[in-house]
Amino acid sequence: MDIKILLKDIPDYHKIEVYRQHGGYETIRKALQKSPDEIIDEVKKSGLRGRGGACFPTGLKWSFMPKDKNIPKFLCINGDESEPGSFKDRQIFEFNPHQLIEGILITAYAIGAQTCYIYIRGEYVKWIRLMQKALDDAYAAGFIGEKMKETFGTEFFTNIYIHRGAGAYICGEESALMNSIEGKRGYPRVKPPFPAQYGLWGYPTTINNVETIANVPAIIENGAEWFANIGEPKHPGTLLFGVSGHVNKPGVYELPTGTLLTDIIYKYAGGVPGNKKIKCIIPGGTSMPPIRGDQIEGLKMDAESLKQVGSAIGTGGIIVMDEDTDLVKVLARITKFYWHESCGQCTPCREGTGWMLKILNRILEGKGTSKDLDLLIDVANNIEGHTICALGDAAAWPVKFMIERFRDEFEAKVNRAIKIDIPNKVHSMRRTQIPLKEIQINRD
Amino acid sequence: MKLESTVEVQFSEQELQTIENLKTRYLKPDSVILEVLYLLQEKYGYITREGMKYAADLLGITEEHVLGVVTFYSMFNTQPVGKYHLQVCTNVSCMLKGAYSLLKKIESELNIKKGETTPDGLFTISEVECLGSCGTAPVIQINEDYYEDLNEEKVTQIIKELKNR
Repeated sequence: MDIKILLKDIPDYHKIEVYRQHGGYETIRKALQKSPDEIIDEVKKSGLRGRGGACFPTGLKWSFMPKDKNIPKFLCINGDESEPGSFKDRQIFEFNPHQLIEGILITAYAIGAQTCYIYIRGEYVKWIRLMQKALDDAYAAGFIGEKMKETFGTEFFTNIYIHRGAGAYICGEESALMNSIEGKRGYPRVKPPFPAQYGLWGYPTTINNVETIANVPAIIENGAEWFANIGEPKHPGTLLFGVSGHVNKPGVYELPTGTLLTDIIYKYAGGVPGNKKIKCIIPGGTSMPPIRGDQIEGLKMDAESLKQVGSAIGTGGIIVMDEDTDLVKVLARITKFYWHESCGQCTPCREGTGWMLKILNRILEGKGTSKDLDLLIDVANNIEGHTICALGDAAAWPVKFMIERFRDEFEAKVNRAIKIDIPNKVHSMRRTQIPLKEIQINRD
Repeated sequence: MKLESTVEVQFSEQELQTIENLKTRYLKPDSVILEVLYLLQEKYGYITREGMKYAADLLGITEEHVLGVVTFYSMFNTQPVGKYHLQVCTNVSCMLKGAYSLLKKIESELNIKKGETTPDGLFTISEVECLGSCGTAPVIQINEDYYEDLNEEKVTQIIKELKNR
């Protein structure tokens, strides 16, 4: 089945006139004829799940928004895209921005948001400009802002603005993203209260991923049933799989959920250079547990199938590593990332990521001992579940599962180091030379 | 962190108007802080203590708040950087495609280490986290532009071109 919802093979589809020639901005017109609840129900029935990593049912998320019309409500579109291995949302900014805008309009109408922000990572200067151009064109055509009333003949209107980030992975976490929009440090908030109750400036807010919202016009246009029948029933639709690492044709491939991982790698991404074997695969961005090369035969790429092999679909960013890859180096690099990006609020994550990095660097230097592997898992276990946001888990999982699934390789690295001559295992503490009572503290 | 500077910080009328217009998009003026900081950085090369004070006064927030934001986000420089800021991604996908040897190549080409600036003030090298360009790895960002699908020859060529610009 060759179905394209997001990245269509239509030349110049990013231009407003081409988008309109193919029925663009007609779906929002239809949507405005329905009630917001009908739209939420349609999206619920479609089975659309969030594409930002957590796979949360989108319609259900929208239904958490209070119906009160007299309070400000906000919609944030998460285009922070900083998960290593993930480079899909920028394809939408570049090749299909108007479908995203139309999706935002429909979503804003469904949840009653008068203002929408598209949060785009600061490094994406080019894609921010492309997206801004699309917004300008849509504003000029009367599809966004107050002119909507005239264009569509309804009371509803909404504004869409781009909010540029400034280099912080954590701002992809929804509550950190809101703090960032509020002009604060991007610290995740304690939940509950959830954004639908207490979001931007304390008002109800919904945060959705770029890819999720770009799917919405297609669902409203073709119906929930059409969408629900694409790919795997429990996780329907297409996904933008970003394939990188050791493959001949890296890139973003839009394929139905449930596509075989081996098909993605060998059929679409052209296989592994030099016909090497695959040692390890990260299936959905570095936060997701890595899987062994011998686990991928027959493995379908969707939320449920990956759960069964002890991983998760995440953002669909697939990193392929061939048989010659040094996994200790890879894990140290992944850990360095989380250490760098930890916001520092929670002690287990702030300190734990640094400890794990130190231990891994010690192993890389050939000074590791077999105890270090268990120590790493111990530290990871003490981070996981003990932090405000999921960055802690994201840092812990690669460590835990990489060691668990490739223990032999890690053992080989540390066992050589065991031979280091340690003359005296007891580290003797020296006594202080001055008796305690003679130590005076100058308090001036 | 170099914070002191003798340059007086002042936005032009037009820049102040841009900031005022941006403020209307949000419920509170604090939200435009990142844009104010970007503007400061663009104008003065990096963000000085005077710049932070200026931003604080402009938005009616404390200097501490501004300092907190500046130091939180990796894209703000609190010390001068070269005319060309080479930001080399070394995260997993780029690393698998040889980002570290690319970094070494750049360091030897320019005869400085990462985190340093060439004496002529032309180049600064930084090692950065994932730039979201894994499909075209390895990638480096020079100022605002992405240079994708790189190898050592290409990088040598790029540096040569920048030197002659």
